[in-house]
Parts: sequence; C-alpha cells; structure tokens
Amino acid sequence: MESKKIIAKNIALMLKDGDVVNLGVGIPTLVSQYIPEGVTVLLHGENGCLGQNTLISLPPEEMEAWESQNGGGDGDWSLGHRDLINASCEYITLIPGGCCFDSSVAFAMARGGHLDATILGALQVDAEGNLANWTIPGKRLTGMGGAMDLVNGAKKVIIAMEHCSKNNEFKVLTKCSMPLTAIQCVNVIVTELCILECKSGRLIVKAMAPGLKKEELESKTEAKLVFPDIIPEMEISDL
Amino acid sequence: MLSKVTTPQKALSTVKTNDTIMIGGFTLWGCPLNLLQELAKTRVRGLTAISEDTGYANIFFYPKKAVRFLFDNKQISKICVSYIGANPLINELIQKGELDYELIPQGTLAERIRAGGSGIGGFYTKTGVGTIVEEGKEIKVINGQRYLLEMPLRANSSLIKAYMADHMGNAVFKYSALNFNALMAMAADNVILEVEKVVKNGEINPELVQLPGVFVDHVVSF
Repeated sequence: MESKKIIAKNIALMLKDGDVVNLGVGIPTLVSQYIPEGVTVLLHGENGCLGQNTLISLPPEEMEAWESQNGGGDGDWSLGHRDLINASCEYITLIPGGCCFDSSVAFAMARGGHLDATILGALQVDAEGNLANWTIPGKRLTGMGGAMDLVNGAKKVIIAMEHCSKNNEFKVLTKCSMPLTAIQCVNVIVTELCILECKSGRLIVKAMAPGLKKEELESKTEAKLVFPDIIPEMEISDL
Repeated sequence: MLSKVTTPQKALSTVKTNDTIMIGGFTLWGCPLNLLQELAKTRVRGLTAISEDTGYANIFFYPKKAVRFLFDNKQISKICVSYIGANPLINELIQKGELDYELIPQGTLAERIRAGGSGIGGFYTKTGVGTIVEEGKEIKVINGQRYLLEMPLRANSSLIKAYMADHMGNAVFKYSALNFNALMAMAADNVILEVEKVVKNGEINPELVQLPGVFVDHVVSF
C-alpha cells in the first residue's frame, strides 16, 4: 500500500490548478487524495461528466433507500443522484461548475486534445512509449473499455504502476510482449522507485526514491535508463 | 398530433428474431432495464446486441436488477461491446462457444454510432493504431500520423432510457445517464424509449431537450 501512496502523491504533485484529468481505475484513483490545497483539478469521467467532487460511500444495506430518495426529480449534482456516477460506477457529487454530456462528447474531449492528462495503470510499458494495459492472454476476457481512446490525444499520458509485477517480473521493458493498448503514447512513468520521462525512444530518470542506488533501479528495469547528473528525490512524506 | 406513448408490449412487438439492437446505458446507469426484462418474456431470438458493456446482465454485482434471462434463453447470440469486465456469465458463454462477441474501443463505439445516426460514411481515428483493433482496417496517413478507418454502426432497433419525455418523444436525461442513449436513438430504424415520467407536450422547455422527438418512435413508462 505504501508504494501505491508514493506513486499517487508524486503524480498529484505534477498537476496544476485547472488541469482537466482522466483518472483510470486502481492506483490512479488514489491520486485525487493527494492533490495539494489550492489546486483544483477537473476530473473527467468518460461515462459523461466533468468536475467530480466527492464519492458517496454508503453501507450496502442503505444503498437502496438512498437510491430511491435521490432519483428522478429528487437529489441533485451537489448532493448526489442515482443517475450520477463516475466511470468506476461509484456515486459522486460534482463541484459547482461541473457538467454532464454524452459519450461521444466525452471521447471528443480525450481524442481532441482537451485533456491535460490521462493517468492510468499498466501491465507493461516500454522504452518507445508503447503501453499494454488491457488484457492478459489466457486470462478472463474483459475488453478495452475506453483505455485505447483515452491515451490517444491527451496532452500527457502518465502511467501509475508498481515497478515490478507481484512475481517480480519486469514491467518497464525494452519491448512490450502483451497485447498493446496504444503505441508511442506514454509520456511519464511513475513507480514507487522512480519517475521516468519517455522521450524519443529513451527513458530518462527524472527522480528516484530517497536512498535508492542507480544499480538497484537498473536491476529492476529491463529497459535501458538514462541517468542525468542531477536526479532529485521523490516525495515520500505525508502519505 | 399522434402520441408516441404506447405500452411496452406493443413497442417491443417491433423487435424481430435475428435483429440487431442497440441497448443504451453505462453498466446499469441509463440502461432500459424494464424494457429488457419485458424483452426477456418474448420469443425473439438470435439478437445481435450493441452496447457499451454487459452490465445489464451482471448477476453478481446487481442480482436484483440484472437481466440475465436474455442470455439464459439464448435470445442474444452476439454482443458488440467495449467492456465485459468481471462478468463471469458472459465469459462462460463465450468460452462454451454459445456467444459470439466483438470488442470495440469505447470512444470508437460512440463515434461509430454517431456516424451511423448522422449519415456519415465512416471516419479516421488514431484509436487502435498498432493494436489488434487495427487488423483488417484501412490505414491512412494524415498530417504524418497513422489513422484507422472505422465504419458507421446502425441497428434495427434501439432500446434506450431517459428521465422524462413528452408525447412527441422529446427527452431529458439525468446527469451521467445520458451516455450512449441519445446517440443510439439516432442510429436505429426503430427507437423504443423507456422513461420514468411522461409529460404533456410543451412541459419541457424546447431549449432543454437533449434528444429531439424526431429520433424516437415509441415512448413507454412502467
């Protein structure tokens, strides 16, 4: 859990006031908890809303009553409504100034370059910026959902993932081996060990976890890394 | 002026065996669940269902609301979706070879439906370039970048849901329940709209209509 928090916090610090951002499921959803005070990020849901405020979490046994009290003409965007969800199908409220739209508009925002960032998880990323995050051959079929669209056109694609898999396999590779979500789309990779910038087929180390040695990072990364002379430390306080 | 308000049974009698249907909604939200439950009582078989996902049949997350009968009765023989998710029922049917499927990226799905409903003969998109989605599709280089040709989608019928509609079929949606619904209304020969509330003509301010009634054939409430 600690590594997920480190990843989320370091991504949150990259966001600027007014940024329009799509957060994928998994570690990316944690990012919203670490957005600094005074910074308002407009959260985009590809199901058709912009400006997510809070999540409405209720015990399952209270859900049905809540839905019947906050449906149709009752309930609203500031308090929650049974027709107001994010793309993870959680009930949400909107910030004042939030808005709703249809699915073609939601994806026009993504492909048309109107998102400042798309933040999503990954199974594999490679030095060319290729991304694999939608299916594992031989595992249960899920479908790509909006992932392939969301990474095409966003001004910045930020990958939030743990540096190696649970079985300690490389995830930052020379070449992805799993089915791709998109080619040459990744700009930044944030793991619990480092922040990598993906530029012209090279992975440049922009920050490293405090105390981590260069050799240790290289041993956990299949792809070749470029180490500049000065590498700042990642933020790991106040998680 | 003729009213489009009718009974679910009459409206659904227009859906025939082997038809292609579109089903509105993002999982259960904005999904015409009452219409689907009614459809499950009919003898219509061999449907191809185009929808964002198969959330309407997910008995594990939504046991009370799910409409799995459509699959149990083999009424749907093919799905065209962007997301199956953790839906074990659908996975099981696909593995047994009892359900055909096509996966379409969600934004491409929305745009193909929009194209189908707007008389657009296809469009080029970067979504899917270099992935399995590219297979068999025309590639065109535009301003130095590769794009895929995607074709319009249409259906015999669309089953969609709104919050309210008047007798002309002009409809208003609540928040994120709009999703694919208005798009799908444009892309089918026959459109059945489920609403929570039917109002008199003139009760909806014309400037607030999200789906003009011209795209709707039948309005039903339960």
